[in-house]
Amino acid sequence: MSTADRLADRLGGSDAGLILGVMAGLYVLFIVFGLILGLDVGGIASTLQRLTFLAAVYALLALALNLQWGYAGLFNIGVAGFMAVGAYTMAMLTAPVDPQVGGIPGLGLPLWAGIVGGMIAAALVGGITALPALRLRADYLAIVTLALSEIIRLIYNSTTFQSFSIGGRELGTGGASGIPGPINPVRDLYYTDPASSASPPTPFGQSMFDFFGGFGLDGPTVVDWTYTLVLVVFVGLFYFLLTRVGNSPFGRVLKAIREDEIVASSLGKNTRWFKIKVFMLGCALMGLAGILWQGSQALITPALFLPIVTFYVFIALMVGGSGSNTGSVIGGALFAGLLFLGPTFVGRIVDSSFNLGGAPNTFTTAVGALGSLDITPLVAYALDNISVLRFVLLGVVLVVLMQRRPEGLLGHRKEPAAAVDLSRRSVADDDAPRATRADGGVSDATADSGNEGGDDE
Amino acid sequence: MGISETYDRGRSFVVEQPFGVVAGVVGVLLIVDLATKLMNGSLSVLSLALFLKDGLIQGLVIALAGVGLSMTYSLLGFANFAHGDYITAGAFAGWATTYVIGGLGALPIADLFLVGVSGEANAGTVGVSIVSTPIAVLVGLVVAIAFTAGLALLIDRLVYKPMRNEEGITLLIASIGVALALRYLLAFVFGTSRPGVTGGDIPGFEVPVIGIRLNAHEIALAIGAVALMVGVHVLLQYTKLGTAMRAMADNRDLARVTGIPTERVVRATWVIGGGLTGAAGYLVTLETGTIAFDFGWILLLLIFAAVILGGIGSVYGAMFGGLTIGIASTVSLVWLPSEFTTAAAFAVMILILVLKPSGLFGGVTTA
Repeated sequence: MSTADRLADRLGGSDAGLILGVMAGLYVLFIVFGLILGLDVGGIASTLQRLTFLAAVYALLALALNLQWGYAGLFNIGVAGFMAVGAYTMAMLTAPVDPQVGGIPGLGLPLWAGIVGGMIAAALVGGITALPALRLRADYLAIVTLALSEIIRLIYNSTTFQSFSIGGRELGTGGASGIPGPINPVRDLYYTDPASSASPPTPFGQSMFDFFGGFGLDGPTVVDWTYTLVLVVFVGLFYFLLTRVGNSPFGRVLKAIREDEIVASSLGKNTRWFKIKVFMLGCALMGLAGILWQGSQALITPALFLPIVTFYVFIALMVGGSGSNTGSVIGGALFAGLLFLGPTFVGRIVDSSFNLGGAPNTFTTAVGALGSLDITPLVAYALDNISVLRFVLLGVVLVVLMQRRPEGLLGHRKEPAAAVDLSRRSVADDDAPRATRADGGVSDATADSGNEGGDDE
Repeated sequence: MGISETYDRGRSFVVEQPFGVVAGVVGVLLIVDLATKLMNGSLSVLSLALFLKDGLIQGLVIALAGVGLSMTYSLLGFANFAHGDYITAGAFAGWATTYVIGGLGALPIADLFLVGVSGEANAGTVGVSIVSTPIAVLVGLVVAIAFTAGLALLIDRLVYKPMRNEEGITLLIASIGVALALRYLLAFVFGTSRPGVTGGDIPGFEVPVIGIRLNAHEIALAIGAVALMVGVHVLLQYTKLGTAMRAMADNRDLARVTGIPTERVVRATWVIGGGLTGAAGYLVTLETGTIAFDFGWILLLLIFAAVILGGIGSVYGAMFGGLTIGIASTVSLVWLPSEFTTAAAFAVMILILVLKPSGLFGGVTTA
């Protein structure tokens, strides 16, 4: 029995094993990428760190979105807006009262207060949206949330609120140039002066740097990895929380609302109130995810919260399968690894393995060369624009997914309401351990995908 | 008795529609404020007229594109998030044609095809305008319409047709995929810059009495948009296809039972909706003078706002909604800094959705 399997057993069966298996697969892939590109140990370590970081943040956001869309059927495509509210509120609460010249003044509160404040603010904005909007059909709610997230971004982008004062206290959003994030507490562990990487390390930091330096890892990589591990812990916490919510009486009402709201309300459940609560909880988690991700950057700017971020999260959730927490985590990892980072690495590998010469500047030059049966310029042009083509890939993946497998990899909508799973199991051997997942779902490939649309009211 | 009845009705309205009352009060306050501003001279009549003219021009574009979105929504039952990128695709197809015709012989075709994004062809060297190169502009408009109609048909065949029986949300998510793929394919071919496309001297004329100046491109846009919308009206009301479309929008199953070839009507809808969208993309570029790979996506939420305002599925609602959203977003400049005009239009949409989700023309579909 391998370590991973034993760990999987201890963590509660096949779900953790599945997640660890996917991560292990991605690690092997990126180590191979790194070896082909000739990266040293430090380079590979920082590549894996970036992969893990992105997988974790997308898993966090996909989990939060799964609570709204997967459990309650609330189609929220304003994820970026709620992230922005969380991160900005946190930054504005914790920014120093008397900043240096040209800085943005804030309330100077401690970091924990900022984080709690950010989550509350995101939940309140979510509540305000949910209150009237929940009467709407799912596609209307989608348009409202997208418009709302754009309004939020325009407000943070505006010069009007660049700096303002409420009750004599100076505050500001920093406008288009953004607001500095607070110093990451992980840096406190490593540096005597956390604000500067040039400062002498703490005794703990020195010993860690010495230890990992022996493997060829530099200081910043160690610090980044530490913060990434913090994020991984948060993914575990989110997962645990959502599994508990999903299996609680509250969660069962949510699933009932998703399947048939009229039935749920005729059984005496105040469905609107349930939806508002779950929407607010989901938004608070999105706010927290925004804080953990963008709030940990040196500078928080409105450009970090473009609608495309929402669509990234959506694709991550759809790949994994809405309605499944395990699927959300795996979707986040697969999105980050295969769809987001993968294409750039493949591009770099192709670029370094074949001598393509300089890429042409324009598409027409690249295509013009086809006339003389020379495909190299077009390939070089495509590699040069691989970050653009990545979006095309995302779009195609989304379309194919909706056509072929709208429930995603692990999406399953049939879930046992009773403590004992009474659904008929197939005879296949491998089905038994997969039948009931830790998040309460049944992995049934023939699950009725007609319900995928969720409720319309 | 009359008084108490009125009181009761008023009371129940306040209780049932608290948002409606607030919106009404705010609306009245804004109108009073506008009148005061005009009276005391802090807002001149001329600048209000300018706001109205800009809003009207923007509104015509939004209305034209909104008609296509509304038609596909009512017949196929999903909000097409790729609609904004149909606009951009049509604009690029049309302007590439206009440039190739306008600069033929003088500049290399490869540069002309790229509509000024790189190479020697740009607003200065090609200098197309409705006055100096009317044929090129007209052919460009026709190509924009034909290309977008074809593109809409192709995408329907590849993406939406295999999913005809899926629910609206599944189709909506697929359309987000289409939007991403389409937008970044355009970015792949044309790059991500925002070049100017029209050039040369564009004449205009001054409207008597009010004193605002309309240039030739604004007039061309207005004539084109109005003509196309009248065309849609004639088509819907006086042709067999229009009757079939209205019947199908009302009740698809019933339409099929009565022998309407629904698949053919769907195709016709994509052709008409796509064509109008391409025309909107081409005309708005003519008026603003710039083109970029994502301008349609940015317009999309405003178009949704217009379509929802008029009541999704209602073609006349889309026309009315487009004009209202266009005017609302420019007149909001009276109270708001310019960076909030888009936000104001979105806020109007959210307000309408909350107050009257069926829209102002709600309940009347495609009629």
